[in-house]
Amino acid sequence: MNIPTITSIVTSFNEASDIKTITFTYPGDVSPGQFFMVWIPGVDEIPMSVSFATKTMKGITFRNVGDATLALYQLKKGDKIGIRGPYGNGFSLKGKHLLFVGGGTGIAMLALAIEQARKKKLKATVIIGAKTKNQLFFEGRMRQCGATVLVSTDDGSTGYKGYASELAKHVLKEKHIDAIYTCGPEQMMKTLLLYCKTIPFQASLERYMKCALGLCGQCCIGKGLRVCLDGPVFDGTVLKKIKDFGVYHRDASGRKILF
Amino acid sequence: MTDLATTISALQLKNPTMLASGIMDEDVGSMQRMIDCGAGAIVTKSIGLHPREGYLNPTVIELEYGILNAMGLPNPGIDIYGKEIKALEKTKIPIIGSIFAANAKDFVTLAIKMQHFGANAVELNVSCPHAKHYGLEVGSDASLLREIISSIKHQIHIPVFVKISPNIMNLVEVAQNIKNAQADAIVAINTVKGMKIDLETGQPILANKTGGYSGKAIKPIGIRCVYDIAQNVDIPIIGVGGITTGEDAIEYFMAGASAVQIGSAIYYRGPEVFKHICKEIDLWLRKHNYKNLYELIGAAYL
Repeated sequence: MNIPTITSIVTSFNEASDIKTITFTYPGDVSPGQFFMVWIPGVDEIPMSVSFATKTMKGITFRNVGDATLALYQLKKGDKIGIRGPYGNGFSLKGKHLLFVGGGTGIAMLALAIEQARKKKLKATVIIGAKTKNQLFFEGRMRQCGATVLVSTDDGSTGYKGYASELAKHVLKEKHIDAIYTCGPEQMMKTLLLYCKTIPFQASLERYMKCALGLCGQCCIGKGLRVCLDGPVFDGTVLKKIKDFGVYHRDASGRKILF
Repeated sequence: MTDLATTISALQLKNPTMLASGIMDEDVGSMQRMIDCGAGAIVTKSIGLHPREGYLNPTVIELEYGILNAMGLPNPGIDIYGKEIKALEKTKIPIIGSIFAANAKDFVTLAIKMQHFGANAVELNVSCPHAKHYGLEVGSDASLLREIISSIKHQIHIPVFVKISPNIMNLVEVAQNIKNAQADAIVAINTVKGMKIDLETGQPILANKTGGYSGKAIKPIGIRCVYDIAQNVDIPIIGVGGITTGEDAIEYFMAGASAVQIGSAIYYRGPEVFKHICKEIDLWLRKHNYKNLYELIGAAYL
């Protein structure tokens, strides 16, 4: 069965301006990079990457951007949501020194992978990019797990002034990086893919999803690759052949929308 | 390998497994993948005149014995979707354009456009159980259905298939009506109208509340519908509903289907399901000393 399991919100707290984490009881294993379908009864059901995970508890971190995330944003301890999943493939961590690049809320989906890398005693350099200082989050959490954290803001209000991909370009020149993992705005990830040349690369993609079961085709990219099931994490070698990558996504009707 | 070729009206299929409408047919890439996975024909998602977003999620859930969906006929409109069909023009696999509308005039416009964009046949969706003013609401009106089919037949030269619903009492009468209006084949069945309620919230899970049930659970319903039509109406039938294995397909052929459509089984067995089912049909035919599919069609009532 793939139907939502109803659970109650245990905690809800602000991470940054307009960004919240909610946690809830939901037992089971999750691979870093996997996602849940989160049902807000009477509102919508949306895909959300898992940002916190223990054996019994899980959490999601999101920006308040639309009807569904607004509803999630307003939920309080004890309120009910439905969860199904986890879905998708997740990251596969390979190498000794890994570079993680999270743009916008992308760091939320990378967080578990970074913590897993540190548990395996791998060296992790993390770039967290945001538009401005008050939208940054997970900086402390990432330092706490032993990662080297670099920050970029578009307006220069803190850290490197510019896009996370540009900061990554500098890091790639200075350090020997074995693999790159990224999540964020697709054009930023596409630029990063160009910079990384032959270094193994994995990116997590976001698309409008409906079934999350690999059936409806709504989230397909390239030659029928389902972001919900064949992804959401794709290798750079695959992404280089996909014309859609960094160019367009589809709305609920299937119309192409340019990034 | 036995001969798995089959014919439906003017369409020649190298094998009888067609992709059902609404599954993995969002764009040229997904349809091409289904062709590469062995589909003998592709039915597009149901396309209307204008872009339509469909319902909010949840739109699809998997239950114990099948899949319940209420997508709400999302589609980008014929003029945009036509480019996806046109991009498949080099394929030798037949492409069947599924269309929906509320009246004969719009159906004719869509059918003409489908033909123009390169579709090899059209499939009329007059059976979707969960879209107001469309689908089943159209298919339940005998004179409107006759008018739609006749009008289209006068305007296009490619075959016209009509997909019908199991959610009706007068199935044979409707099938006869479709045959009398000169349709080229009947596709049976569309999904069975159903609902799932979440116990903790007391709410139907699908945003649209009701949806269409597909997958393993509905196979006996599809078999019965195909059998009833085949016995009473002389028209080619494409069987659909719960086909997951080669033996499921064999059962539909015995009931009178000349080809089958596969949708939910992509969830159960992956996109390679077309190849798997063809292989299983072939094995069964050889084991039972059949040389081709034609010998088997209608075996249950002949």
